[in-house]
Amino acid sequence: MAKANMSLTRNVMPTQDPQVRAHNFNEVALGYTEETAIDEAMRCLNCKNMPCVDGCPVKIHIPEFINKIKEGDFEGAYQIISKSSSLPAVCGRVCPQETQCESKCIRGVKGESVGIGRLERFVADWHNTFSTEEPVRPESNGHKVAIVGSGPSGLTCAGDLAKAGFEVTVFEALHTAGGVLVYGIPEFRLPKKIVAKEVDTLEKLGVKVETNVVIGKTLTIDELFDMGFEAVFVGSGAGLPNFMGIPGESFKGVYSANEFLTRSNLMKAYLDNPDTPIMKGGKVAVVGGGNVAMDAARTALRLGAEKVYIVYRRSMEELPARREEVEHAEEEGIEFQLLCNPIEILGYNNPDDVRDPKNGFVTGMTCVKMELGEPDEKGRRRPQVIPGSEFTIDVDTVVMSIGTSPNPLIKATTDGLEVNRHGGIVVNEDGLTSRTAVYAGGDAVTGAATVISAMGAGKTAAKAIADYLTAK
Amino acid sequence: MYRIVDKKVLNPTVVQLQIEAPLVANKARPGQFIILRVDENGERIPLTIAGADRENGTVKIIFQIVGSTTEKLSHKEAGDYIQDFVGPLGVATHLDGLKKVCIVGGGVGCAIAMPIAEALHEMGAEVTSIIGFRNKDLLILEDEFKACSDTLRIMTDDGSYGEHGNVTVPLKEMLEAGKQFDMIITIGPLIMMKFVVAAAKPFGTPVTVSMNPVMIDGTGMCGGCRLTLNVDGKKVTKFACVDGPDFNGYEVDFDEAMSRGRMYFDFERHAHEETCNLFKKEVQ
Repeated sequence: MAKANMSLTRNVMPTQDPQVRAHNFNEVALGYTEETAIDEAMRCLNCKNMPCVDGCPVKIHIPEFINKIKEGDFEGAYQIISKSSSLPAVCGRVCPQETQCESKCIRGVKGESVGIGRLERFVADWHNTFSTEEPVRPESNGHKVAIVGSGPSGLTCAGDLAKAGFEVTVFEALHTAGGVLVYGIPEFRLPKKIVAKEVDTLEKLGVKVETNVVIGKTLTIDELFDMGFEAVFVGSGAGLPNFMGIPGESFKGVYSANEFLTRSNLMKAYLDNPDTPIMKGGKVAVVGGGNVAMDAARTALRLGAEKVYIVYRRSMEELPARREEVEHAEEEGIEFQLLCNPIEILGYNNPDDVRDPKNGFVTGMTCVKMELGEPDEKGRRRPQVIPGSEFTIDVDTVVMSIGTSPNPLIKATTDGLEVNRHGGIVVNEDGLTSRTAVYAGGDAVTGAATVISAMGAGKTAAKAIADYLTAK
Repeated sequence: MYRIVDKKVLNPTVVQLQIEAPLVANKARPGQFIILRVDENGERIPLTIAGADRENGTVKIIFQIVGSTTEKLSHKEAGDYIQDFVGPLGVATHLDGLKKVCIVGGGVGCAIAMPIAEALHEMGAEVTSIIGFRNKDLLILEDEFKACSDTLRIMTDDGSYGEHGNVTVPLKEMLEAGKQFDMIITIGPLIMMKFVVAAAKPFGTPVTVSMNPVMIDGTGMCGGCRLTLNVDGKKVTKFACVDGPDFNGYEVDFDEAMSRGRMYFDFERHAHEETCNLFKKEVQ
């Protein structure tokens, strides 16, 4: 085998030019070629103690799959990843690897870590493009499991259980499977055909997907048991969007990030002549600093906005979005208004004509400057208002991206299901809720978090469900 | 895909469909709604359930042709399929304990009011119905209302049928004459519901209104359906899809809801014209 590649820097991920991509919805990162993938794989030292695996919520055998890449056996690499992950093409794109596997990489001590996420994506894309191997449906063990929600936690749980021979049905409230992967994460970061392909793979493994079923409304958890399901996994996601509670949030042109992204992604409002409307163009302010805020801002830009601001009350250092997303946003020309907090959204009002069609549309947003004070109990420096610092930015659309609160539908219709004071479902270390045979994971438990942590929870619950039903 | 098992044109702008959706039919109660998509890439629209047949597994919807999506839906025939149909969503109308109720329906809102009137009638409550339309041609469900109402007042804006005037006229008249209601339930255009609330206010009669704002998912995720309530002098944001669609009429900020309802007015008018043009071309 060729010698290790001791370059301190990783192979650069080719991307669309920022000026070009700011006006289209095609994927930003273009992916490694076979040559770059092998070259990058050669940077892996194949450490005995595998610190990277510890950093992975679903414990992918990272050095093992990288070794296969070194050998040019890309399908072999895929088979190793797919033992641990049901959604490799998704994770390779949206996982925050820099704080997980890659943060533990020995190569990162001096220089850059191995580009594990980029390699994972390469392997999954190679498989999806070239592999003719069909997933083999395992023999049924006769046990039926219901999964509520087809987002990352639900699909992972479904995949693991299906591979172990369980008969799995996934119930999805929307008309397309994928949860946040289809309604939330934009096309330019995660093409929808990739999600569809992953769902298709699960269906070939025997997973049934029932769309247009709202658990808590169309059917209840108790009815699922009556229908013969022996265990239920609830991965229903985060739920109701938060608003700031400032004046003017009901003006036309104020969206939650969920609504803005759902209109563009799931409902395809970004296409020409869409059936679903969305406000396009003009000046847009996105309030918040998470990955969802970056997605909303970059979507607004691609929908034709002339100017897009990110308005965040702390500084760049505290901004929670992935570095890569922030860099991409900056390259595309999104302006960061940091240490800045909205106090009022302004709307048009023609006092002489109540029928003026412009009435009630957003015209601007008044903000105050912030400074960071003493750290709070979590160690985060608390932002405080600088007196007399009000200023107004001229905007037509405001997108509130300040988190979500758990959805009440399942709690309200499931007796004995314990939730915490934030409304998140209470679970033990196996993902088991206060109800027998009802498991939960992902944002429904933790509140808004990452795709991969939801997948980790789905995986943990799948193992616990398998153990429980096998012992029964 | 969901099959249309029956279609009835109730008036030139209002159509009734029976859709095969056993799971929805099994759970549907008066006041709840469904969300549908006519075709792939279609938009999601909420429509209140006008009735359900559990035995046959069908759900009845009655809608007015107001935009592109309802235009397309109106061209579907019995035997055709629609892409998506999900529900029942929202909280059912609270009817427990009501003995004397006034139902005030306007236009296509009468389609939603009717199953509530029926349910009350079956419970043995005294039902007074006031239904209003622009003119005689737009009148719907007269026989159905007759069958379940102890008193029925039909109003038309132009006097071409029933009594001349809007629905608040007989409501005020009855209240002023000392008629007592445990509850007024009103469903129709926002402006009508606003005036029903205003008419009832001097008498302190409780009013339930049914809100039908813009929605996408209908399960609490998007927040597009939010409305502001004034509860004891405090402004509270509620989501019509999970907290409603019924609200205490005295608390709803109708002016805001009317303004928000016009957010996509231009888009919708344009889309509707384009859809109509497409259908016209097909006919030619």
